[in-house]
Amino acid sequence: MIAIVDYGMGNLHSVSKAVERLGREASVTSSREEILAADGVILPGVGAFGDAMRNLRETGLDAVVRESAAAGQPLLGICLGMQLLFAESEEHGTHEGLGLLPGRVVRFRGDYKVPHMGWNELLFEQPSHPLFEGLAPGHVYFVHSYHALPERREDLLATADYHQPVTAIVGRDNVSGMQFHPEKSGELGVALLRRFVELAEGGKA
Amino acid sequence: MLAKRIIPCLDVKDGRVVKGVNFVNLRDAGDPVELAEIYDREGADELVFLDISASVEGRATMVDVVRRTAGEITIPFTVGGGISAVEDMKRLLRAGADKIGINTAAIRNPDLISDGSRVFGAQCIVVAIDAKYNAEWGEWEIFTHGGRNPTGIRAVAWAQEAERRGAGELLLTSMDADGTKDGFDNALTRAVSDSVGIPVIASGGAGNASHFADAFSQGHADAALAASIFHYKEVTIREVKDALRSQGVNVR
Repeated sequence: MIAIVDYGMGNLHSVSKAVERLGREASVTSSREEILAADGVILPGVGAFGDAMRNLRETGLDAVVRESAAAGQPLLGICLGMQLLFAESEEHGTHEGLGLLPGRVVRFRGDYKVPHMGWNELLFEQPSHPLFEGLAPGHVYFVHSYHALPERREDLLATADYHQPVTAIVGRDNVSGMQFHPEKSGELGVALLRRFVELAEGGKA
Repeated sequence: MLAKRIIPCLDVKDGRVVKGVNFVNLRDAGDPVELAEIYDREGADELVFLDISASVEGRATMVDVVRRTAGEITIPFTVGGGISAVEDMKRLLRAGADKIGINTAAIRNPDLISDGSRVFGAQCIVVAIDAKYNAEWGEWEIFTHGGRNPTGIRAVAWAQEAERRGAGELLLTSMDADGTKDGFDNALTRAVSDSVGIPVIASGGAGNASHFADAFSQGHADAALAASIFHYKEVTIREVKDALRSQGVNVR
């Protein structure tokens, strides 16, 4: 079972249906027990970083997500959920994140359109990573105005080019994140989500 | 590099697609969910549902359409039409819509843009603008109520205000070009796109595949929307994308 953390933010229905379409059970939940018992945990998120962290703190789910990560449970942050994994963000002031990955989240700055909205091509920075097994890079759907700058180069698994290399997939041990929406990213999105679920279930391919 | 997007638009009334869609082998030509799945498979980059229901019951049906669609397709979709409160937005977003389109209600009450953007994030808020050239002004005027009522508001100025208030994207329809099949109004699209820092979807006037290329190269659009030429299979999304690719436009 894949637990989808419900902390009052984001499009949980689409993520949950996407997991179900893979033939897996998905549970949208805010229960500590259910989250910690799952094969894998998805932290979704749409909206503002500060609001999301406040909701996580108020529901006590920030501690649960940290506990899950520390216990070695496979964790996938999606979109804002990926950004929350980092130490801090500058979205509307400075906000502390979950701190599961070192790095910060900054606004796109330059003479180009923001949000970075639409289909952009992934570049696999670490093509031999198990997440990419059997997959070829292609387009996935992004929509975000802030982007993550991981501190460690080795945490960066894939990027996209939007006037600079943009962090698209991060991962270290059991903690991973996707800036784009795999549940809205056609076949490649489905395939990446499937790889996460398979790896969560113990590498069964 | 970011791809240019091709977006079909479906008009939905009381949960049914209106303006017949000319696909063969449809189980149900009026089912928005089935059509959404077909467009997803054909390579559409996003979808727009425009709810033209006149009744409260009709709009309630839309929530069910949204929920069923979100469970079936793997691309983002926008819902617009008759949305005039943050509560309406919440209902549709929770049902699985990715973005909300607002038009007349935003002009009447521009706080709707700011409120929606603050609560759900700019990426959810698409401000739809219906514009028509005003020869006296030498620029474009915006209209409400599906293009019936002039407002005296300049399109470029309104686009900038929408951005300032937190819109994440603009859906710009040319009332002059709409229905002509002579091509998008690239002068309008460029005037708006060059004056804002958010993506602009060009709409109205698509008649063939090359019109899309013009909307991107001349109109500086980030995406282009069409309805009838896709529904009546005058051109398929794949054909449009092949034509764009051959002209060096980056598409998915």
